[in-house]
Amino acid sequence: MEEKILLIDDEAEFVETLAARMRARKMTVTTATSAVEALGRDDVDAYDAIVLDLQMPGMDGLAALEEIKKRNPKLQVILLTGKATVEKGVKAMKMGAMDLLEKPADIEELTEKIKEAGGRKMVLVKEASENEIKEIIGSKSW
Amino acid sequence: MSKLSVIRPVFWDQGAAGAGNDRPHFDFRRIWKRAVVLMLCVALMPLLALAWFDYRVTQQYSENEIALQVDRLVSNAKRTVAFFLEERQAALEFIVNEYSFAELDDDRRLAGILDNLGASIGGFTDLGLFTADGRQIRYIGPYALKDQDYRDEAWFREVVSAGSHISDVYLGFRGEPHIVIAVKREKKDGSFFVLRATLNTAWFNEQLAHIKERGVGDSFLVNHDGVIQTPTLAHGEVLDPLPLAIPPYAEDTRVYTTTDGAGREIVMGYAYIPGAPFVLLTIGDKGELLRPWLGTRLVVVVFLVVASLLIILVVLGVATNLVNDIYRADLERAMALREAAKASKLASLGRLAAGVAHEINNPLAIINEKAGLLSDLLGAGENGGANREKLLGLVASIHRAVERCAGITRRLLGFARPGDIKVEMVELSEVIREVMEFHGKEAEHRDIRVNLELDSELPAFPSDRNKLQQIFLNLVGNAFAAMNDGGHLYITGSLPDENYLLITVTDDGCGIAEEDLKKVFEPFFSTKTRIGGTGLGLFVTYGLVRELRGQIRVESSQGVGTRFFITLPLQGLEGEEENKGNEHAHSVG
Repeated sequence: MEEKILLIDDEAEFVETLAARMRARKMTVTTATSAVEALGRDDVDAYDAIVLDLQMPGMDGLAALEEIKKRNPKLQVILLTGKATVEKGVKAMKMGAMDLLEKPADIEELTEKIKEAGGRKMVLVKEASENEIKEIIGSKSW
Repeated sequence: MSKLSVIRPVFWDQGAAGAGNDRPHFDFRRIWKRAVVLMLCVALMPLLALAWFDYRVTQQYSENEIALQVDRLVSNAKRTVAFFLEERQAALEFIVNEYSFAELDDDRRLAGILDNLGASIGGFTDLGLFTADGRQIRYIGPYALKDQDYRDEAWFREVVSAGSHISDVYLGFRGEPHIVIAVKREKKDGSFFVLRATLNTAWFNEQLAHIKERGVGDSFLVNHDGVIQTPTLAHGEVLDPLPLAIPPYAEDTRVYTTTDGAGREIVMGYAYIPGAPFVLLTIGDKGELLRPWLGTRLVVVVFLVVASLLIILVVLGVATNLVNDIYRADLERAMALREAAKASKLASLGRLAAGVAHEINNPLAIINEKAGLLSDLLGAGENGGANREKLLGLVASIHRAVERCAGITRRLLGFARPGDIKVEMVELSEVIREVMEFHGKEAEHRDIRVNLELDSELPAFPSDRNKLQQIFLNLVGNAFAAMNDGGHLYITGSLPDENYLLITVTDDGCGIAEEDLKKVFEPFFSTKTRIGGTGLGLFVTYGLVRELRGQIRVESSQGVGTRFFITLPLQGLEGEEENKGNEHAHSVG
């Protein structure tokens, strides 16, 4: 299976290099250098995982996380930060982030997390569609 | 140490000796002096004023009392003497009026009269009858004075002219001091006769001796020319001139103070005896008379001295204690300020370091990814050709360097990371035991003796076990690095008071240079750079201790060893997590 991921980080060089490495690992990668740019896309719902930097000018990681979760709670967000604190980690997890990794991160660990995220999303989407079908079946009066 | 230093207050040498930033803000010696002077003035002035006033009043009162006493005695004596003379003169007047010359010109009758006088009023020695030409025609008495011619005697001439006469004391024909009283009686034929009586002076002496016995001083009679008439104690013999000036005539009794020939102060009371040529004098030594008052004065002076000494002692004590307290408070304030400045400096350094670490992390991440991409590219195909292996090796060393940098930035961020505290009840002995297990092998290998002295009363207290372990790992690690093989490490734990736990970690290693002591808690300060120290150990330790609401301080002496003091609160860390969390939420929101 080929994961579709969205990388958001204000460092263009970082985000492009990471994207290249992800693509080398058979993933479909889209990059954005700000949260506003990323959330402006109309295909946000389609990504298996969103990798998000915490410290960014303009809208920061936590705010972007909140926005993403508001839009679609099924979306899986992995935070990547150069300044991890337990509080922020706990806060981010409470807000629905899947995990938080410290920069510089190990590529294999990140790949692992993305795969996990893709799995989770699939389960959620499946459950959702099953519920939908059940609802449709339930609503029909035959 | 001199004996004076025992009582010298602690602030005494501070004003001058202190230097630099540690100098106290006040000149304590001056404050002390001012307080002492002011308090002494306020306390002693009224006391001295009162004492002086009392002294003066008492002295005045005593002098008045003496003057009054002398006045009373002199007045009484004057009345007695005057009455004595008047009475006798009156008796003689009565006799010459009652009897005619013819009747008196009779030895038996005259002797009878003398007997009667002696029996009734007394004091008469003899009685004589004189004719107008001054011849004593009748004489009754112990001397053979009959037919003596008195025509040229002064008393006779006076009695002729004045009608009566009271004489001075004089020796006369008989050679004994005596006084005569004479009265003249005109006869019908125009001529006259004179009746004279002699009074012995013993009676006066007796009367005046009474006064002397009263202790007031010397009392005696002088005549108007200053010749002593009755015996004195210390002013000369009878009929000698008095060495003092006779005070001027006054009708009533007078008392005044003057000095005698020897310069002594004397109280002199005098009265002129009316109708007689005498002045009654009472002379007292003023010093002697004031003796009772001197006793009172002594009491006042002793009281004054004792009270003053007491006041001085109390004032000195109070001022010293007061200024000592101020000094201690000032010292504590200065130390607290210094501590706060240090803490704030380290906190800003921590924030700076964390900021730097954060900024470094982003480019570090880029380097990491670029190197990763490089290794991906090399690993995927046959890229790189002959140098492929070498290139892969270089990429791996870039990764290792990035890992090392990441390690440093994580530790730096660790300092500034507030609040991620996991509070639980911790036994200090357990924590230290765990830490020592970690270092046990090294200690054994290097023959380092570890002495653990923990107070058996140490209670379990709420704290963060991991942070405590990290603190002691760092301190013990440092101590081990400072010591030679065979060194000694001492760890003590005690309860200086009910709120704090005091832990010391002491080694007998190389010690820290004095100029370095101030900097040991700063980041990247290290003396171990040659052997791989990062200079973050004590910086992080400091941050950890502060996080646990504790304090850390160091004492060291080069070549002797180093001692770290850590105080940790026994209470107050529970519920820390929520508080910090809230603070943080604020700063994020």
